[in-house]
Amino acid sequence: MTETKRTLESRLLRGAHRTLTGLSPAFESILAAVVGLLIGAILMYIWGFDPWKAYIALFKGAYGGLYEISSSLSRATPLILTALTFSICLRSGMFNIGAEGQLFMGATASILVAYVVVPAPFGQILGLALAAVAGAAWSLVPAFLKLTRGVSEVISTIMFNWIARWLVLYLTIFLLRDPMRGEKTISIPVAARFPVMVPRTDLSYTIFVAVAFALVIYFILWHTTVGYEVRAAGLNPTAARYGGINNKRTMFLSFILGGVAAGLAGATITMGLPPTYAIYGGAAMPQLTNVGFDGMAVAMVGRNHPIGIIVAAIFFGGLNAGGRVMQFYGSNPVPLEIVRVVMGAIVLAMAIPELIRIFPAVKKQGRELTGLLRRLTRRAPKEGEA
Amino acid sequence: MSLNDVLSLLRISLHAMVPLALTAVGEIIGETAGLFNIGLEGILLLSAFMAVIGAKAGGPAVGLLVGMGVGAFVGLLFSVINTYWKGTQMVTGIGINLFAMGFVAFGLIQLGAPGFHDVPKVAELAKVRTPMGSMSPMILVAIILPFLVFWFLKKTRAGLMLKAAGESPEAADVAGININRIRLYATTFGGMLAGLGGAYMSVAWMGLVTKDLSAGRGFISLACVVFSGLNPLLALLGAFIFGFFQALAEWVKTLPSKPIPAQFVSMLPYIVTLLVVSGAIGRVRFPKSLGVPYKRE
Repeated sequence: MTETKRTLESRLLRGAHRTLTGLSPAFESILAAVVGLLIGAILMYIWGFDPWKAYIALFKGAYGGLYEISSSLSRATPLILTALTFSICLRSGMFNIGAEGQLFMGATASILVAYVVVPAPFGQILGLALAAVAGAAWSLVPAFLKLTRGVSEVISTIMFNWIARWLVLYLTIFLLRDPMRGEKTISIPVAARFPVMVPRTDLSYTIFVAVAFALVIYFILWHTTVGYEVRAAGLNPTAARYGGINNKRTMFLSFILGGVAAGLAGATITMGLPPTYAIYGGAAMPQLTNVGFDGMAVAMVGRNHPIGIIVAAIFFGGLNAGGRVMQFYGSNPVPLEIVRVVMGAIVLAMAIPELIRIFPAVKKQGRELTGLLRRLTRRAPKEGEA
Repeated sequence: MSLNDVLSLLRISLHAMVPLALTAVGEIIGETAGLFNIGLEGILLLSAFMAVIGAKAGGPAVGLLVGMGVGAFVGLLFSVINTYWKGTQMVTGIGINLFAMGFVAFGLIQLGAPGFHDVPKVAELAKVRTPMGSMSPMILVAIILPFLVFWFLKKTRAGLMLKAAGESPEAADVAGININRIRLYATTFGGMLAGLGGAYMSVAWMGLVTKDLSAGRGFISLACVVFSGLNPLLALLGAFIFGFFQALAEWVKTLPSKPIPAQFVSMLPYIVTLLVVSGAIGRVRFPKSLGVPYKRE
């Protein structure tokens, strides 16, 4: 029985690997982003907006100055981490779409720092540690269910997202509530917050946590034996097992690392995002909602590579930050939600491995470009010799 | 718990069963032919939203038709990407879900209020008076359809062709079956059923559309499919079980004594889904070529 089950999932995965680690990754990602933005533009046009003006407002709002760039980087911070959750698990051969729930648990756990008094660096460390443990714990249950009962992680992680949402709502209403202001939880104390990096923006030092974690994941996956085993198990579980790799161990490891990443993402929001430093907004919980799902889009565009993810997160963070500007842009206020439409369209475009083949002209251009590059690189050493 | 309570619980269960049953049966058809669509959640949400626009323009029947059309269109898109363009089914599904989340939230703002939109009473599908209280006629559709699909898959030539496309596309191709086309038909039809389920939720059941109206139902339907092992009749049973626990959660919330906090009650359907799926795995067998794009050698 597990045999048929395993083959089904490995089959689904083989496709994902082929698509998401393709031949000319950066080029395909950029093409997908362009297709996504085009579809967004068409929809804006249909709803009666001016897409050109909207995109100008958006990109000015995203990268137009120091404040805008800081704001984009601040939005990118949790996205880097939730994208890592998805991509570590995909590298090891699993679809962990539970970053959303793990992020909720991490954010809630980090709030607990408010109840202890510790001096400056330890408050931050304690908060991150609590969040990491909570995220990992929340991600271990689906891993355990998969291992013992063969429950597909696609279903179990989604169910855990909803359970986390309701659990966090209960905790924020009844246990962690700010006695002074009922609409939010108690705030992280000043000593335990991550300080703001660029004055008068919401970019704090948490971005270093995210980037550092991405680099750690890069190191683990590509420069350690364990990481090699994780990737081997993801590429071909059967071959990996014959090669003496313990697939269960790699699965648990990737779920734990993924859960830690998502938990940290929650902590970067509560501990490093001015002005509230708390979970607020009742059932909507606007700062936390959808960060986990957006992370999947970031992971795919970043080609499931930690470095690619950082670049993609800055792009998507920019879309989110710029979207906020766009929605108040004078005569042409396009709602922020168009950003997620664009994200979905980008992911759809990413799903097509031969996107280039569908647009023959683009393919021809691409071939000419790669040919040109190849010729240039071939000529370079000759000139060096001469 | 009086007889009236039991009856109302049963009535809500049947209403909650409909979208799950329709979506699950649609997905069974698609999976039999070899395509695994995790974009059901997105189809439900998109069609629920578009159905409201249709219903406001031309009445409930138009609403349901628009929902079916939207579902069929998304199913068609999904299958074109994953048959002719050899795409990746998981990624396509995630893309559909993200797209739907954004599109519906965006559309709701354009319709007036961010977050939700009420369906006017005239645009809602009327409920039929029965001895058990007023029931939506769609319940009947959701109960009859699995039997029809069961018969179709087991007894007709076309059903066998679907199965062949999912089990052994190479052999079916040699026998002269156009694999890509049959997968396209199957997923489009499956998407249409999911679209009907979505349209039912907004136009015939709840009477409103919110940006998280589907609330994981697409994935619960997937759990139904796993539970059923691609048997539409078992999927109907699964849908009823999940519908019952959703109804139970709603019912406990209305109790004046509030025995359990509402947030914990709301978790119930998801926990039950996990439990049922953990128990069901083991006897389930999926088609051999589920999830693989077919390429001629």
